[in-house]
Amino acid sequence: MSREIWEKKLKNCKERDFKFKTVSGISVKPLYTPDDCEFFDYERDLGYPGEFPFTRGVYTNMYRGRLWTMRQFSGFATPKDTNRRYKYLLKHGQTGLSVAFDFPTLYGRDSDDPFSRGEVGKCGVAVDTLRDMEIIFDGIPLDRISTSMTINPPAAILLAMYIAVGEKQGVPAHILTGTIQNDMLKEYQAQKTWIYPPEPSMRIITDILEYCSENVPKWNTISISGYHIREAGSTALQELAFTLANGFTYVEYGIKRGLEVDKFAPRLSFFFNSHLDFFEEIAKYRAARRIWARMMRDKYNAQNPRSFLMRFHTQTAGCTLTAQQPENNIVRTAFQALAAVLGGTQSLHTNSMDETYALPTEKAVKIALRTQQLIAYETGVPNTIDPLGGSYYIETLTNELEKGAYEYFKKIEKFGGVLPAIEKGFFQQEISRSAYKYQRALEKKERFQVGINIFEEDKPADIEILKIPPEVERNQIKKLKEVKSERNNRKVKETLRLLLKAARDGDNLMPRILDCVRVYATIGEICNTLKEEFGEYQEPIIF
Amino acid sequence: MDKKIRVLVAKPGLDGHDRGAKVVAAALRDAGMEVIYTGLHQSPESIVEAAIQEDVDVIGLSILSGAHMTIFPKVLSLLKKKNAQKIIVIGGGIIPADDMKKLKKKGVKKLFGPGAPTTEIITWLKENVKPGKKKRAQTRKKNNKGL
Amino acid sequence: MKPAAKFFKDILKGDKSAVARAITIVENDSDYTLLKKLFPFSGRAYYIGITGPPGAGKSTLVNAIAKLFLKRKKRIGIIAVDPTSPFSGGALLGDRVRMADLALNKNVFIRSMASRGSLGGLAKKTKDAALVLDAAGMDYILIETIGVGQVELDIAQVCDTTLVVLVPESGDSIQAMKAGLLEIGDIIVVNKGDREGCERLIMELKFAFDLRNQLPGWSYPIVKTIATEGYGIEQVVSRIEAHQAYLNKTGKFEVLRKEHLFSRINELIEEKIKNKLRRRLKSQPELKKIIDDIYSRRRNPFDVAENLLKDSGIVP
Repeated sequence: MSREIWEKKLKNCKERDFKFKTVSGISVKPLYTPDDCEFFDYERDLGYPGEFPFTRGVYTNMYRGRLWTMRQFSGFATPKDTNRRYKYLLKHGQTGLSVAFDFPTLYGRDSDDPFSRGEVGKCGVAVDTLRDMEIIFDGIPLDRISTSMTINPPAAILLAMYIAVGEKQGVPAHILTGTIQNDMLKEYQAQKTWIYPPEPSMRIITDILEYCSENVPKWNTISISGYHIREAGSTALQELAFTLANGFTYVEYGIKRGLEVDKFAPRLSFFFNSHLDFFEEIAKYRAARRIWARMMRDKYNAQNPRSFLMRFHTQTAGCTLTAQQPENNIVRTAFQALAAVLGGTQSLHTNSMDETYALPTEKAVKIALRTQQLIAYETGVPNTIDPLGGSYYIETLTNELEKGAYEYFKKIEKFGGVLPAIEKGFFQQEISRSAYKYQRALEKKERFQVGINIFEEDKPADIEILKIPPEVERNQIKKLKEVKSERNNRKVKETLRLLLKAARDGDNLMPRILDCVRVYATIGEICNTLKEEFGEYQEPIIF
Repeated sequence: MDKKIRVLVAKPGLDGHDRGAKVVAAALRDAGMEVIYTGLHQSPESIVEAAIQEDVDVIGLSILSGAHMTIFPKVLSLLKKKNAQKIIVIGGGIIPADDMKKLKKKGVKKLFGPGAPTTEIITWLKENVKPGKKKRAQTRKKNNKGL
Repeated sequence: MKPAAKFFKDILKGDKSAVARAITIVENDSDYTLLKKLFPFSGRAYYIGITGPPGAGKSTLVNAIAKLFLKRKKRIGIIAVDPTSPFSGGALLGDRVRMADLALNKNVFIRSMASRGSLGGLAKKTKDAALVLDAAGMDYILIETIGVGQVELDIAQVCDTTLVVLVPESGDSIQAMKAGLLEIGDIIVVNKGDREGCERLIMELKFAFDLRNQLPGWSYPIVKTIATEGYGIEQVVSRIEAHQAYLNKTGKFEVLRKEHLFSRINELIEEKIKNKLRRRLKSQPELKKIIDDIYSRRRNPFDVAENLLKDSGIVP
């Protein structure tokens, strides 16, 4: 039967009243065939896993060698509570740690800062001084575990604390493995956790790049994050394009600092969202690998093949979870996790079903972890590499996303790059418009979410919720006072003075910050010192 | 002369998740209301001061950081202290059901959970707010009306 | 004391709740009772207009100027006007964000206003709100508007000194000239002065002013600022004060204020007539038929309008 006949038949078929589009707005055809991949060259566009352009995966044998790292983002209340949760997760088969800090810590504020009122230990663990980090990692050998820390403006401080904890455990910095998020560009665009204006932030980031390439060579210095861009409401295409554009900006700053691209680029890693549109998500990861490899080779003249590798962590999309019928979230998360694995992720966090209510309970977080383990050990999905490669639909989507990303790069270039575009509010506007559009589509029922605008139930959810007791804040403040009374305050003052001097003189800040944390200077003290020199960022308002 | 519902949309707390606040602000604008948006990281003090100067009918707070049991009561008590209880306080975000109950008892008029469509918020505002009509003398009565 | 009397006294005292309430009243009502009572207490504040294209950094500049005035122990009233959406009639007012550090100062009052379409008489409403702030004892009233269109130019008319804010962006200066913005500016501020193209813009502006008739004693200064860093703000304020001094010295201040009052009367009359006529037109029982007749060219709009005016008794 020829295509014409089928197309004629198709025209006579009744179609559901629905707009067949991906979340990014790409129109989806009823069928994809080799005709869609006409100009497609296997060697050039796909290649082999672990080979340029890495569309099919960054490693030669992918999950047949080693499964992805199962890394649940977690942290709450006091360092002691968090330490207990980590030991629980490790006992149940988790293979890496991922620290969630509370908001005061993320903003570089101490627990006793008036700004921190009501926030201490709420959305993550509270850290004021090195003492807290010592407790968090008590009994966890840093030479055998890799740790990811979601921390941005004070990233240098938390990394310094981690190095200092290592020193106390007898683990030298050059064998520490892990990641700091340290991606300020997406903060200005989407996540909005900032302290200093963009330029000084870029300087601190570049300081970290420089310091780590010499002293902490196995550390992933920036986790270039699309996750938050997506959570703030962007489409898959915007997530892809903005994240990569940010990545290239860091590369450019590193090169401008005089660093050799092949020395720091292999330590850059990525962090993506896995959202609802199953195939589009898979195509997004594949397109990202291909674009990164090509740009690193052709534009930034990297020679080391490791610089071409876009290694990434994935988290399932928190913003797709519903408070209504929360058990459904287990299923949503499973599909999203599957997309990440089919997309070739290096590590994965699966959200817990109760996260629209609070931080997850132990039970909920265990189910989330089990979801990954099911994919790994029961489904057979990891048995072959890039099993969807060659699917007409997937390859077409991959191409379209890639094309769309390059169009965005051009737009950003017109602004003069990522930083001027931030100042103009370009990303912010793009993202908030997409968020509004998405919400409108839901309300107009052009898009569905079970339990929200279809198959709704009136029955309130019956679900156990983790509560952070209010005494956490009091106890943390009390502990901070103790540390302050026990430490050598003269030394603290002196190290802070030298830090300020380094900030003014343009010296690398990392060694000075290490000196500060070693004598138990607080996060707030260090950040306030740097604020003196760098000032504070003010948000432009864009709708 | 046309009277508009004036709403202050504020994002207290330290989290930067302003997606919801912005979507709601845009939806209220598109429903013909005047929305004063104050940006991120607002303290209860500055929220109340802005609400008074802007003479809004409603304060809408979006909190996702878990600090709701600290921030809502603080805003309510500051409004009372400034004799501005007439301003209706509503909110949205990640707030567990039993906290919602407690906050409503304290005087938060309405809380919208995750997944609430903007149309629900708009309908509620149009039914419960008479723009610019609040007179001092009516303050008490209005306050006791509840939902 | 009766509530109404207390309310009035509170406004004059500058009580923020009372002032806020008063602005809502004058914004919502077409009744002038309150304004009439407040008017005798006004006339003491100095009015400064700040206008310019979107994204020029007006709010940041207002914020910086206000802070400087505060240091001099002055009381500041700020009115920030943003456009109303023509589709929904709603508005998103975000200027306060830029003024966050003024928010809690007891000597500052900030009010956001939506333009509510030209039919609502934006210029008039803004002037009414400013009158409230004036009577409430503000030393300076800063009125921030987006410099696009006639309405904004009208608002600038109430001001003693008008700042036009531009940024070194391609085409802005030409746009500004086209919009007649430069003609209303007493002081031109080139903000974001660290941007590329700044010097060229200043050159263009100087050239434009050379072509314009200079006033004796006032030479339209161009000030470069970086408002986010506070750079150039001292100079802006000193130029404002110089302009104030110039107006006083030459006696122009009184002339200007009297002109403003004249146009105020004009505006009020226009508004009344307009409203009355519109009401009359709308209440014409056979309006639909009249329009049908005009549409089919049986009648013409000119006669209809003239007859309507005659019937109203306003025009013989």
